[in-house]
Amino acid sequence: MSAPAGFPAGPIGGRNIRRRRATDRLMRGLLGLAALLAIVPLVLVLAFVLIQGLPALNLALITQSPVPAGFPGGGVAPAVVGTLIMVGLGTLIGTPVAVLAGIYIREYAGGRGATAIRFLVDVLAGVPTITIGLFAYGLIVVPSGSFSGLAGAVALAIIIVPIVARITDEMLGLVPGSVREAAYALGIPPWRAIVRVVLPAAGAGIVTGILLGVARIAGETAPLIFTALGNDTVSTSLGEPMDALPLRIWVYASGPYDSWHAQAWAASLVLVLLVLAFSLLTRFILRRRARSRM
Amino acid sequence: MTAMTDGSSSSLPAVAPDALPLSRGLPLGERASAALEHPAVQVEVGSLHAYYGRHRVLRDVTFTARPNAVTAIIGPSGCGKSTLIRCLNRMHEVTPGARVEGEVRLDGSSIYAPGIDPVVIRQRIGMVFQRPNPFPTMSIFDNVVAGLKLAGIRDRQLLDEVAERSLQRAALWDEVRDKLKSPGGALSGGQQQRLCIARAIAVEPEVILMDEPASALDPISTLKIEELMDSLRASYTIVIVTHNMQQASRVSDQTAFLTVGDDGAGYLVEFDDTATIFTNPRQRLTEDYISGRFG
Amino acid sequence: MSVVPGQPDRIRTLLSRHRPRYGEPIFRGLVGLASLTVVALIAGLILVIAQQSLTGIAHNGLAFLGGSDWDPVHQVFQALPFIYGTVFTAGTALVLAMLIGVGVAIFLVDLAPAWLARPVGLMVEMLAAIPSVVYGLWGIFVLAPWLRDFVEVPLHDTLGFLPFFSGNPIGIGNLAAVVVLTIMVLPTVAVVSRDVLAAVPISQREAALALGATRWETIRIGVLPYARSGIVGAGILGLARGVGETMAVTMVIGNAPVISLSLFSQGYTMASVIANEFSEATTNLYRSSLLEIGLLLLMVTLLINAVARLLIWRVAYGSTSRSVLA
Repeated sequence: MSAPAGFPAGPIGGRNIRRRRATDRLMRGLLGLAALLAIVPLVLVLAFVLIQGLPALNLALITQSPVPAGFPGGGVAPAVVGTLIMVGLGTLIGTPVAVLAGIYIREYAGGRGATAIRFLVDVLAGVPTITIGLFAYGLIVVPSGSFSGLAGAVALAIIIVPIVARITDEMLGLVPGSVREAAYALGIPPWRAIVRVVLPAAGAGIVTGILLGVARIAGETAPLIFTALGNDTVSTSLGEPMDALPLRIWVYASGPYDSWHAQAWAASLVLVLLVLAFSLLTRFILRRRARSRM
Repeated sequence: MTAMTDGSSSSLPAVAPDALPLSRGLPLGERASAALEHPAVQVEVGSLHAYYGRHRVLRDVTFTARPNAVTAIIGPSGCGKSTLIRCLNRMHEVTPGARVEGEVRLDGSSIYAPGIDPVVIRQRIGMVFQRPNPFPTMSIFDNVVAGLKLAGIRDRQLLDEVAERSLQRAALWDEVRDKLKSPGGALSGGQQQRLCIARAIAVEPEVILMDEPASALDPISTLKIEELMDSLRASYTIVIVTHNMQQASRVSDQTAFLTVGDDGAGYLVEFDDTATIFTNPRQRLTEDYISGRFG
Repeated sequence: MSVVPGQPDRIRTLLSRHRPRYGEPIFRGLVGLASLTVVALIAGLILVIAQQSLTGIAHNGLAFLGGSDWDPVHQVFQALPFIYGTVFTAGTALVLAMLIGVGVAIFLVDLAPAWLARPVGLMVEMLAAIPSVVYGLWGIFVLAPWLRDFVEVPLHDTLGFLPFFSGNPIGIGNLAAVVVLTIMVLPTVAVVSRDVLAAVPISQREAALALGATRWETIRIGVLPYARSGIVGAGILGLARGVGETMAVTMVIGNAPVISLSLFSQGYTMASVIANEFSEATTNLYRSSLLEIGLLLLMVTLLINAVARLLIWRVAYGSTSRSVLA
């Protein structure tokens, strides 16, 4: 035994303990480096969005419509209004379906059925959002003959469904079975027990899940390209093309004008702040909730 | 029997007398008149078998729980006590894969007959669980009247009356009358369990099932629950599961003793008046269990 | 103490009058219908997109998958450059993201103290929350110029004879797309791997430690083998995300239907050609051909997703809900 310390070396290659320690140190260093590499992009992206976006951020940005290309001034008001309308409507359409589906998975489907539906919901969550845009295009734009805010809202609704359905499922799972038993034993029909007792007990978790879903669809661009299309003037009509912040950022970023680029950064700042605030808040609540329940 | 209850209650001297607002020390005459408060109904169990999937957990149980009396179910752990009591209000079938064969009759009619809604059965047969389980998002008041409110009864005056009466009968009113709006989860364990009892009696069931209602509680709370059972028998038929033989002898009028058979299924060894079971059992198994030579 | 007199008969009568008869079947039908909707959505996606791409399928035939000519003016639609571009960028990005992402996951679960693991984990999750279009914006104006000046030009000058580094280094192109995709796939890989690693029983680690293994050896012999299929699943899930990622790639890849090994070359992916050319597609056939690409993309990602979920569920059942968040 050539182990340096007084202890006899263990059975795993005791003789090259020095080399093993060096390997250990090296690998630990590399793993730490990986963690560092992972957070660098976040810092860089956030820093640039903040630095580039802040100077162009002003009230005109969200209250004025775009001016003709290349002219200074103007804003992205149609995009702000459009995003609010489509995200709002999408949430309104998608959330009830999602919560009800989540209830079915957790409370009614039973073992194998629940696993099968969970699987499909997860698969739906992984479908590229651009194909969901194509779906809404074929489903609404083609038959109606017009790009529209409604088509955009439907696309966003489809995207939010699997997110909220799975969170509802998980949050209902955290409600202790004794609560359901207590309700059944009182002679309360299962559906009433679910709606009035179990659902409220999971309420905060589900609400945060919905917020998370809202943050997610607020940032979506691809599904809006062939549905909402975009619009240079403020439109509140669901039957007409509608603008959205991510769409506008894409158009401005791809264009040749400095004033467009500046507004794209500023609009990105608004979007990122919104999305990060929602995400951070919901994750914080979800985490606390999951812990307090276990 | 009543003498037995009083005798063992007083064997817990640490309890201050004024902490026990209920029947403790009531003259026998008053208790007898209390028994007439409301006639209850009997529960007949006939050749009952219970299963989890293919696994039989309860074999051929037959007994009758007398009206306005406390019937205790005792036996070693794993003998199917809890399963048996959950068969009496059709809670057993809530577990996936669980099913029942045989007969349970409430006031003469089968609760397992085709077309009978288990929801209706559970309104008529209330249940209190081992661990207190108040509804987490509801206030004390809403917890008590949950069974009525969730059935669609909104008459405010009636709900107020029922809440007060149920809390009084559960010996909790004086402790919570000033905080009816605070959450039920904020009460102590013993208070929570009495809240659950209040919740169960608020829907005026005919039978109350209690599955080891005091096993998660401290001795003082246990004593309160036991006294509660004693007073509730004036209006209800009560069936209680307990692993505590002293408790069974203190609170019950009849006792069913179950044990585990060679096939792993629980079966009824003996059913009789509590006094007989504890002083003069017919079966050797019962005697061994009572005297602590078994389980 | 006076007890309010009971009215058991009144309450029992009231309750029997309020007994709901249809609530349960209605509610059950409602929630069943909702989950049926979710299932129907998947079928609907396939059907509607397939139906919209029928014109293209009929005209393009099998050459759609095998040919590399994309010439809308002459109505020639062959998707190989996009398939290649997608496989090339997503594949390269996945390799990089796996190296970093699994490293992060091990670091978070087995090495980092709690005070460090929580914020780092949160930051990695935040990486997934930033909208794709913002990565694209950053890619165009920050990443691409930087890559050109500090990575591409030096590589071109020294290793330009290799096919990977040939061509004109202008920043916008495959390399920028790979880097952006790596950043976007990374959180998926890291978060799912972390959950999989966390699901490995402590006893596995203790067994290795008790043999006298170092920390790294414990991870290598006690943890990683147990988590292998789950980590592979995380990678496949990351692949699905990379393949389907649209905006950021569209904004930095250059959008030219070229098949090239070079990292400096411009490229095109399935998702980005749809996003980029849809508004220009004025003929039915052009549009339908783009939808045909969409159909291909959908089928591929459905398959990849299904495989990934099954692999992950074998290790950590239910943990995919977190990857839905990521």
